[in-house]
Amino acid sequence: MRGAGLWQLGQSITRRIAQGDKKAVARRYFASEAELKKTVLYDFHIANGGKMVPFAGWGMPIQYKDSIIDSTINCRQNGSLFDVSHMCGLSLKGKDSIPFLEKLVIADVASLAPGTGTLTVFTNEKGGAIDDSVITKVTDDHIYLVVNAGCRDKDLAHIEEHMKAFKAKGGDVSWHIHDERSLLALQGPLAAPTLQHLTKEDLSKLYFGEFRILDINGARCFLTRTGYTGEDGFEISVPDENAVDLAKAILEKSEGKVRLTGLGARDSLRLEAGLCLYGNDMEQHTTPVEAGLTWAIGKRRRAEGGFLGAEVILKQLEEGPKIRRAGFISSGPPARSHSEIQNEKGETIGEVTSGGFSPCLKKNIAMGYVKSGSHKAGTKVKIIVRGKAYDGAVTKMPFVPTKYYKPS
Amino acid sequence: MLGLLRIWYFVTWVLVISLSVSCCNFAFVKDFKYADSHEWVKVDGNSATVGITDHAQDHLGDVVYVELPEVGASVKQGEGFGAVESVKATSDVYSPVSGKVVEVNEELSNSPGLVNASPYEEGWIMKVEISDSGELNKLLDSEKYTKFCEEEDAH
Repeated sequence: MRGAGLWQLGQSITRRIAQGDKKAVARRYFASEAELKKTVLYDFHIANGGKMVPFAGWGMPIQYKDSIIDSTINCRQNGSLFDVSHMCGLSLKGKDSIPFLEKLVIADVASLAPGTGTLTVFTNEKGGAIDDSVITKVTDDHIYLVVNAGCRDKDLAHIEEHMKAFKAKGGDVSWHIHDERSLLALQGPLAAPTLQHLTKEDLSKLYFGEFRILDINGARCFLTRTGYTGEDGFEISVPDENAVDLAKAILEKSEGKVRLTGLGARDSLRLEAGLCLYGNDMEQHTTPVEAGLTWAIGKRRRAEGGFLGAEVILKQLEEGPKIRRAGFISSGPPARSHSEIQNEKGETIGEVTSGGFSPCLKKNIAMGYVKSGSHKAGTKVKIIVRGKAYDGAVTKMPFVPTKYYKPS
Repeated sequence: MLGLLRIWYFVTWVLVISLSVSCCNFAFVKDFKYADSHEWVKVDGNSATVGITDHAQDHLGDVVYVELPEVGASVKQGEGFGAVESVKATSDVYSPVSGKVVEVNEELSNSPGLVNASPYEEGWIMKVEISDSGELNKLLDSEKYTKFCEEEDAH
């Protein structure tokens, strides 16, 4: 057994079983571990059995003592605590924050109620995705955003460039990048009951997509009821100096049922929930319409445009996109990124962008892009894995039903 | 009577494995032979049973799919004969012996996790009729394999 191959999580490389001729590569790989950025929970992860791997320039835990499969199942049965401090949180402030941000994203930021947020996409001039992000309108002059770790430099350069031009014309906006804060994601059925032990705020009144600034375990936190797993849960932005204590408190209050969970399970969970991974399911050339995120383009924005690439996107809304993201279930080995998708006649109709084994469904699930027309649920396909064709079918996403906490 | 024999066999097996475990954290079986690509082979006359080692399954993580070779196919020492897929990645597996595949472990189609739970017993992958027993000398014994693992993990 050699060359364990690239794993699908962004640019992550698993610990290869180094071969004689690849020992040199393995040594270089480990030498660069010293240059990896560390979150404040790095030592805490190791103390808890975390297996660390490089991810987007950070040393992050891919898993702990339990297997990725067990970890994934535990999240949906009990709960998971993730360290996602590698992601970049920032605040836009100033009375023109909303019109400024609306130039860069597809969301109708103006009509978000204060204290609510949404998933959005930063677009480029061609209507393609620069990154996806969860944005929250805290107040009319404060917007809180979280962007992907792998896109941090690109996103910040993009925002900064546009901010300079906006300010030069007299616009009132400034930013603060929250490098003094850590981000924890608490997901699963026990997320709310566990967190309730640590705060006086009534969490039953905080619905999916909503945001509060409040005290949790004695620290001033930004709390968003959101996540990347399809489960009910929260993302908690906590000052660095309180992060380890908060993590410990969450695990203790759950009496061990909520477990520290790594990036391996995080990827399985988000795939089961039908959520895109930027870099795999969405790239610079993918429009939000192709990605199935038309719902995220605000109604007013569809009429008015006013964001980068609006002409391309509005045209696609009118005429329909040529390709669409779809979900697949397949037999045989799990379909992986770049596997070819064919129709029943053997003609190429698309490509897989993410795939793997679903621990909860015990089936192979995948996401990919196919020609419009071939994207309807039930369409039979063939997926080519290592030269062999395996039967598959287009399946509605999410693969595992979501449990977002919404008012009844 | 048969029941007692099975128990005795099992106990001996457990003892063999427990006596074999050294300072390396992974189990291995003393009388097996090993390839440096982390496959093991149990030789019984002309017949060889092949699988992947405890060290290999631990590094791979949860096995979700095993690509088995065809019965009747020829295999060559050092050449790929299939693949083992985990949640994380796909790994090619290389035959430690040359010969003809006479049996494959169909159980792995339903329970690929056997490779993790029982890499040396129930997680066996294929049985081969060896064509060149001289080639076995190129493989590592349990001591050399353990050392090899330790050196690899030390990086």
